[in-house]
Amino acid sequence: MCLAVPGKILEIKQADNAPGVGATGMVDFQGSRMEVGLAFTPDARVGDWVLVHAGFALNVLDEAEALETWKYLQMADVVPVDQSLNESI
Amino acid sequence: MLAHGGGGELTGRLIAEHFLPRLRNQWLEPLGDSAVLPWTSSALAFTTDSHVVQPLEFPGGDIGRLAVCGTVNDLAVAGAVPLALSLAVIMEEGLPLKVLDRIIDSIAAAAAEANVSIATGDTKVVERGRGDGMIINTAGVGSLRESLSLDKRRIIPGDAMVLTGLIAEHGLAVMSAREGLAFQTALRSDVAPLNGLIEQMAASGADIRFMRDPTRGGLAGLLADLCVDIRLSIEIEETAIPISRTARHTAELLGLDPVTVANEGKCVAVVAAEDAGKLLEACRAHPLGRQAAIIGRITDAAPPIVEMITDAGGRRVVQRPYGEELPRIC
Amino acid sequence: MSKTTPRQLVEQIADAVSRADRTIRLMEVCGTHTVALFRSGVKSLLPNALRLISGPGCPVCVTSQGYIDAACDLAGREDVTICTYGDMVRVPGRRGSLEHRRAEGADVLVVYSARDAVSHAAAHPDRKVVFLAVGFETTAPATAAAVLEAEAKGITNFFILSGHKLVIPAMQALLSAGDVPIDGFLCPGHVSVVIGANAYAPIVEQYGKPCVVAGFEPEQMLKGILHLVRQIGRGESRLENVYSAAVTNEGNVAARRCMEQVFVPADSIWRAMGTIPGSGLELREPFRPFDALVHFGLAIGPDYDPPGCRCGEVIQGKVEPDQCNLFARQCTPAAPVGPCMVSSEGTCAAWYKYGRIQAKSPSTQARSS
Repeated sequence: MCLAVPGKILEIKQADNAPGVGATGMVDFQGSRMEVGLAFTPDARVGDWVLVHAGFALNVLDEAEALETWKYLQMADVVPVDQSLNESI
Repeated sequence: MLAHGGGGELTGRLIAEHFLPRLRNQWLEPLGDSAVLPWTSSALAFTTDSHVVQPLEFPGGDIGRLAVCGTVNDLAVAGAVPLALSLAVIMEEGLPLKVLDRIIDSIAAAAAEANVSIATGDTKVVERGRGDGMIINTAGVGSLRESLSLDKRRIIPGDAMVLTGLIAEHGLAVMSAREGLAFQTALRSDVAPLNGLIEQMAASGADIRFMRDPTRGGLAGLLADLCVDIRLSIEIEETAIPISRTARHTAELLGLDPVTVANEGKCVAVVAAEDAGKLLEACRAHPLGRQAAIIGRITDAAPPIVEMITDAGGRRVVQRPYGEELPRIC
Repeated sequence: MSKTTPRQLVEQIADAVSRADRTIRLMEVCGTHTVALFRSGVKSLLPNALRLISGPGCPVCVTSQGYIDAACDLAGREDVTICTYGDMVRVPGRRGSLEHRRAEGADVLVVYSARDAVSHAAAHPDRKVVFLAVGFETTAPATAAAVLEAEAKGITNFFILSGHKLVIPAMQALLSAGDVPIDGFLCPGHVSVVIGANAYAPIVEQYGKPCVVAGFEPEQMLKGILHLVRQIGRGESRLENVYSAAVTNEGNVAARRCMEQVFVPADSIWRAMGTIPGSGLELREPFRPFDALVHFGLAIGPDYDPPGCRCGEVIQGKVEPDQCNLFARQCTPAAPVGPCMVSSEGTCAAWYKYGRIQAKSPSTQARSS
């Protein structure tokens, strides 16, 4: 029915006043990032974990529960991912 | 901007001003109808491949590097020392010249990295809309190494399977640059020439039965085809397959199965069980083999099938993916 | 329950099933569960007496052929760009798939989100962008937000072809077809994030079938299955939620409000299952300008009922795939007919790829279900 994946909000950009659009946030998936609509999670804050489906956050997750539920969030990284993520993107 | 037409005069200028300055070497220089190479080896390895990728440039590589490495790797996994490549570039009218120059520079860099030369080549310009901006065909010749005797028929049950590094990096990196899917990622295509790594693998003295590089169709495609070819079963362990945290999480995000995602700088080697440790050590001593791992073994289970023992301790069949993997929502 | 490993959960399931001492049929309503059960290898760990049936919960494979034909007709128009989720590209209608249209030069763009389709329309004012809006209540709010964004920004070259489906009407339709040999439902984790666990109460009360909402990681699915089997063993029928990390009882009200602002429930045609009342979503009156059917004057034709296709019965757990005479003949993963074969891991697709091999291969304990 629907794939949804946990990610962490890095920054939130307030949307223009368009109804139904709501704010958008840059969400990190342990090294990949995507801009995600936050229209359905108006109280999401930077640093929150959210469940993302088809480009929208569906709810805010408790961090401890998220780490417990999705094992790949606790994976030791096999290789030092290109740490200069900030410069390279 | 690249204009079409003008017959030889335009392509002549293209070669003189763009290709030759970047790819100059003693075989290409004469621009003869064919390059004449010195040849000593008894057996010749010969391969060709065409390359189409969208976009032309992606994190960690481009169509030029892809073309050179693809052909170098096809020669190397066949047990040959790559010597010379041919390069045929078909460009679409309107391709920005600065993009062309970047890609030719990348071809030159990849050839130097692989210690091979572009001995001969051809360029054509086609009308807009008849190519994806650029299509490259490369062919390559190499001399077979005495130290390797690679043959699928030598594979027997009990043989180990070594994979030289992290999976799914190329496919996910290219996808991140594709329109409609744009996401930023630390992932980089793993496209790289493997002849140096394979040279060290050959020098290890391990009895390597067979090698192949898992490209389109990913590790799953390679294993599924191999199983059909050798009519023996293959069993791999999910926990042993090297993958980075970023690739694992990004594959989840897109609904993709990492073993079906394309790679461009990895090699799978089937080796006698007793030599698996020796081969692993040789791989890990090379920069392109740091994350090498023994991922599974050949078995005699009938009928021949490729199975994966999963993280959860269950079993699943590994199949070649149907066509190009596309992100899913379900 | 202390932190349990898959191995421990599997043993508890096997124990509970053996005590129930009969074949237990569970339906995983959601296509994502079907895929996850196979990919994680969980399916191979379950006892033979426990049958798992993949339900009508894959938005792509329940999409009617009429919808696909309408999408393909639109794709054939010079001025139209089709934006779609990757899942839809290979699904065949009566006259081929979007993949075939793309090969013939149609402009078909795979997107990750409805928002990408809106921004594509904004960037290409000369094109008419039609977004194939499929998915259940998890995905429909995203389409609603995209329509609101297009309206707010005055993007008038953006249209949707609504193929959204609702999960509760589908479950009710399934169960209302008389005695259905399904003992319990593993309910879809992510739809439930939006509709809330309480949404399944009518299924439990009206049909006496236990419902357990679960996530998609191996331990989550095993836990959901264990809770179902225990209820069945004790003759109980309750609603449980083992996915509390993501699902609450009332769900995401903001998402539902956005969906209800733009859409209204309507009858919808399901592939090989016919029309189910109130099981789809249609754009409300003020948003009609965004409706591709209205703009292009199209109608989705009646579903072409492939003669001999028994997906409707497979989905109800009444027959196994190999009892359908199209199975593995006219109907294969490469040329799928009904939804159970269209879905990459639907009951018939999985049986075709894995079931037939595993049934014969001694080396695996897995049982085709």
